[in-house]
Amino acid sequence: MESLLSVRNLSVTFDVRKPGSWPWTPPRKLHAVSEVSFDLKPGECLGIVGESGSGKSTLARAIVGTIPSSDGNIMFEGHDLANMDPKQRRVHRRDVQMIFQDPLAALNPRMTVGEIIAEPLITHEPNTPRDEVKKRVRELMERVGLLPNLINRYPHEFSGGQCQRIGIARALILKPKLIICDEPVSALDVSVQAQVINLLMELQRDMGLSMIFIAHDLSVVKHISDRTLVLYLGRVMETADSRKLTTAPEHPYSQALIASVPIPDPVLERARPRPILEGELPSPLAPPSGCVFRTRCPKAQVSCAETKPALEDIGGNHLVACPFHEAEEVLAVNG
Amino acid sequence: MSLLEIEDLRVTFTTADGDVHAVNGLSLNIDKGETLAIVGESGSGKSQTAFAAMGLLAKNGQATGQARFDGQDLLAMNTRQLNKIRSKDMAMIFQDPMTSLNPYLRVSDQMAEVLMLHQGLSKSAAVTEAVRMLDAVRIPDARARITMFPHEFSGGMRQRIMIAMSLLCQPRLLIADEPTTALDVTVQAQIMQLLGDIRQDFGTAIILITHDLGIVAGFCDRTLVMYGGQIMEEGPTDDIFSDPSHPYTSGLLKAVPRLDKETAELATIAGEPPDMSRLPAGCPFSPRCAQVLDNCRAERPSLEVTPGRRRACHLPVKEVA
Repeated sequence: MESLLSVRNLSVTFDVRKPGSWPWTPPRKLHAVSEVSFDLKPGECLGIVGESGSGKSTLARAIVGTIPSSDGNIMFEGHDLANMDPKQRRVHRRDVQMIFQDPLAALNPRMTVGEIIAEPLITHEPNTPRDEVKKRVRELMERVGLLPNLINRYPHEFSGGQCQRIGIARALILKPKLIICDEPVSALDVSVQAQVINLLMELQRDMGLSMIFIAHDLSVVKHISDRTLVLYLGRVMETADSRKLTTAPEHPYSQALIASVPIPDPVLERARPRPILEGELPSPLAPPSGCVFRTRCPKAQVSCAETKPALEDIGGNHLVACPFHEAEEVLAVNG
Repeated sequence: MSLLEIEDLRVTFTTADGDVHAVNGLSLNIDKGETLAIVGESGSGKSQTAFAAMGLLAKNGQATGQARFDGQDLLAMNTRQLNKIRSKDMAMIFQDPMTSLNPYLRVSDQMAEVLMLHQGLSKSAAVTEAVRMLDAVRIPDARARITMFPHEFSGGMRQRIMIAMSLLCQPRLLIADEPTTALDVTVQAQIMQLLGDIRQDFGTAIILITHDLGIVAGFCDRTLVMYGGQIMEEGPTDDIFSDPSHPYTSGLLKAVPRLDKETAELATIAGEPPDMSRLPAGCPFSPRCAQVLDNCRAERPSLEVTPGRRRACHLPVKEVA
């Protein structure tokens, strides 16, 4: 099947100036995302996991087009994001929508819920009659589980879960093809989190949406996405079918990440092997040479410092960037 | 005698919009060297319980009831008396290590202050002791880094500094309020392992306040589930997880996606967390409970005590889904 979105060797770097440095000294480069490639099919959900600072959000913003990429291509429906003419760019902006982490901060406090949800529609289809706009807003509010008679309320009158529903409605009103969710449930309470996850999955299924789901919580990502991509310091470590990735991860980093996720079952939790990853993410201003994970990797060899491991296809759409990869069962999976 | 014993604790905040009842008649106790989890969502009163015990409530907050540490009533103490107990006997670590460390002071100064105040050590002796403690929480190159400012450390390192600081006087009770919520999972695993080692090495009793059922499972002997400022149920962690006796607990357990299991669709708890200034007359969970009975809305269930377990629910144990 033709890919909806295809990202090739995408790199995003930021210029960082040392405070007090001379204007003519060249700025240091912060490599937020390096050589990331993946494809997203229509109707598919791709999960992106990684620690904070791994470049998850930067990657999302580059795909939406709010951060320019410094290298590589982002092809959306066959058009390169970097050389789109204004007309195509407008289409891209409607087809790709985003849902943010902090639901209240993502909503304008001085607009009513109705105005917030209608704004993208009024921007992109200014000729829509007002009755029609109102009708579509009410329909959508009902669809995401909000009472339509709350249309004239302001965001502060809603709880976190409801605000996230408003954010979802705003993202859906233009009937986009791709939705990028950047940590959409991490600010919510456990009992509300499940409601929003179910809503997102249902909408994705019913509307045939493609979705990129970014989260640091691997259990949530595995539940919601078909495929998962593991990022570390801006680089792809491993990508595979979500189920396969959690049951038989190949990359040492994925294995460590899965081993650190706590499981709400005291018996299993005590029995689990706990290889704990030492240290923290190195600075993206000076990433380690060769494999970026080698400074924390339990399997690191001398050769890891010399060459950057390429993403290698080990069959079944499973890609690993480690020459010493080896399937390891970190979890006993049942059910 | 229990180390900390809280009886019928009530915490009320006076606000312009009326009184907010954050904790409503909570009782708990913790023994020496034990680990107790207090699990609940935001607004369930779990943190305010700890703040009340530590004498750290906001100015508009009022705590009534009893909180006894080693037999001494904490709620009746003035700040001078509390200061003798805090840090020496009980200490607390907070969710956000950046806002709980003083950004203007070097780590060495803030850590030494504790020892100079409580144990009357000289500055240099206090710093030496602080370095030893930073080594114990595995901060690499502690001697050189202790003179740095908090912002020069990463989030995980800051939390280690907080933990080291709270352990300086070897308290018998450590209250950890969401200690890993702001951290990445790999760092969370490191911190939880560190807390486990501390408990083993120093025999410190730990109250872990969290919303994450996962870290409770691997860490705590006993678990107490709170909702709307009240106890929903309490018991040994294994029993609470394997056979929850309250619809809220069983709902929570089913609402989290699990890495080790395939679930087609998550079970949800309908509705939203309660408004603490307008709690329902009956069980606070009744508006959201899937198994609600007629008398749940009107009558607050009393705590039913069986050996090792407590629960507050009108529904018979066997019928909890």
